[in-house]
Amino acid sequence: MSSADSTEIVKTDDSALISDLDKSLSDSISKKFSNVEIAYVKPNRIRVNVKKEEIIDVASFIRDELHFDHAESVGGVDYPEDKQIEVVYHLGSYTDPSLSKHILALATRATREDNPRPGNDSTILPSLRDVFPSVSFHERECFEMLGVYFDGHPDNRRLLLPEDWADIPPLRKDFRIKGR
Amino acid sequence: MTSQANPKNKEILPGLQLETVDDKIMTLNVGPQHPGSGHMRIILKIDGDYIVHCDPDPGYVHRGEEKMAEYRNYITNIPHLERPVIHDSCNILYPYCLGVEELLGLEVPERAKYLRVIASELNRCVYTQYWLAIYGIFLGHSTMFMWPMGDRELVIDLLEKMTGARVTHSYFVPGGVRNDTPPNFEDVCLRQVNYFEKRLKEYADIFYDNPILISRTKDTGILSREDAIKLGTTGSVLRASGVDFDIRKKEPYDVYEELDFQTNVLKEGDSYARSKIPWLDMFESCRIIRDALQKMPKSGSVRIKLKPNPKGGDTEVYRRVESGRGSLGMHIVSRGKPQPYRLKISVGSFRNLIAMPHLLTGEMLGNMPAVYWSLNYWPVEADR
Repeated sequence: MSSADSTEIVKTDDSALISDLDKSLSDSISKKFSNVEIAYVKPNRIRVNVKKEEIIDVASFIRDELHFDHAESVGGVDYPEDKQIEVVYHLGSYTDPSLSKHILALATRATREDNPRPGNDSTILPSLRDVFPSVSFHERECFEMLGVYFDGHPDNRRLLLPEDWADIPPLRKDFRIKGR
Repeated sequence: MTSQANPKNKEILPGLQLETVDDKIMTLNVGPQHPGSGHMRIILKIDGDYIVHCDPDPGYVHRGEEKMAEYRNYITNIPHLERPVIHDSCNILYPYCLGVEELLGLEVPERAKYLRVIASELNRCVYTQYWLAIYGIFLGHSTMFMWPMGDRELVIDLLEKMTGARVTHSYFVPGGVRNDTPPNFEDVCLRQVNYFEKRLKEYADIFYDNPILISRTKDTGILSREDAIKLGTTGSVLRASGVDFDIRKKEPYDVYEELDFQTNVLKEGDSYARSKIPWLDMFESCRIIRDALQKMPKSGSVRIKLKPNPKGGDTEVYRRVESGRGSLGMHIVSRGKPQPYRLKISVGSFRNLIAMPHLLTGEMLGNMPAVYWSLNYWPVEADR
């Protein structure tokens, strides 16, 4: 701890760093889809919350008009108090050099069952595999870890967990680690 | 021969039977014990010598890092988060520290930023040398196993001087690095990096210009530029297919903007190009280290003091860095607690795994090691 001599914590204000491109990207989405909620616009990061019925249309628009071409990460977040599970797609672009810094988070929510039966859960979301082929394995991981069934995914099988896993999906909040 | 006794028995799990109902197609398990598979299983269906179907089955070293992170404070998460890839532990902690700094609003001291860059480039060399050794031995080139393993020690010694540990350094902390370098580190580092670079050049004579290697890897497993983008591959796989995308250049973090280096891109997209990119990257790492040693402030603080159990706000961040295997992103969801509410780790190995069935289908079985290991795949990292 001897080398830690500065105790000051500096809060940075990044509202000045938001570029015109950030604003124009979020504006074009909100102009085209009225039900879409722009959760935040930070420097190089935009988050868009959509309803699950609309996600394929919004994702196709993001791919075709805004030129985001691949998924960096697909992560699920469990919200037991809302009885919902959220899936966040982080999308990036290789083909458009002006977007190389940008990550667009596309989030949607599915209703969550209190007592999921393994492999037979009604927590269903449409799969984005036809729009972004790169989400294929990420969605499989999300399926086994949070029990979100992706409708339209041709390969909804387990990936990392053992074939005979019989407990609830482990990244749900009601799955507890022993002793913790 | 359960399958022959009851060919319509759907209860049999895929890959558990040696022969399928179709006499012509044989199902072949590669791994998880097979030395050529790493800690994973690849279920291959082969027709004679040709692979007609490939189904990767990772998960044998899944450790639940993401779940474990939800139970630990932001600082106590550090040692276990680097376990998925101990040879590249600085790079896997990098996005985590950047993300936590953004959550807590921390500003990193200037000297710490340079030390981070030096540590992460040294780590990239350690990882790449390890990978190169494995790539060499699976192509039957045992000298290429011994040389990188030996030269890797030089870099490990440097990291030991810097951090106190040979692997699993736990060197990065939110707000800086754990400790300053010992006296004379700059001179020793410069000398060893120069020698290391000289040794790297000799790899061309024995390995990269070797006609046997070229005949085994040229034109095998070609990934076109369009497919590389569509499949969302990253790192050396992407750059070997002609896409110029390196996060150190495209979204510079810490002091990468001020350092002098270039991105290596090859257009061929075959196994040879994919195996060459990490080696070329090590030269750039040496260049970055030399430049950073020169530009680094000679003294100053290396970390800022944190409050005990710092709490993040009610927000989320996504930060990424370029690791030895490509983009490594961390999505941290915070809900005002000292622990992350959810931590999603998106690793290059997992993202490149999707290219494996694409490349192996239609390839000859004998080319499997050349294609598989050229993907720069690290099973433990992919499983997390």
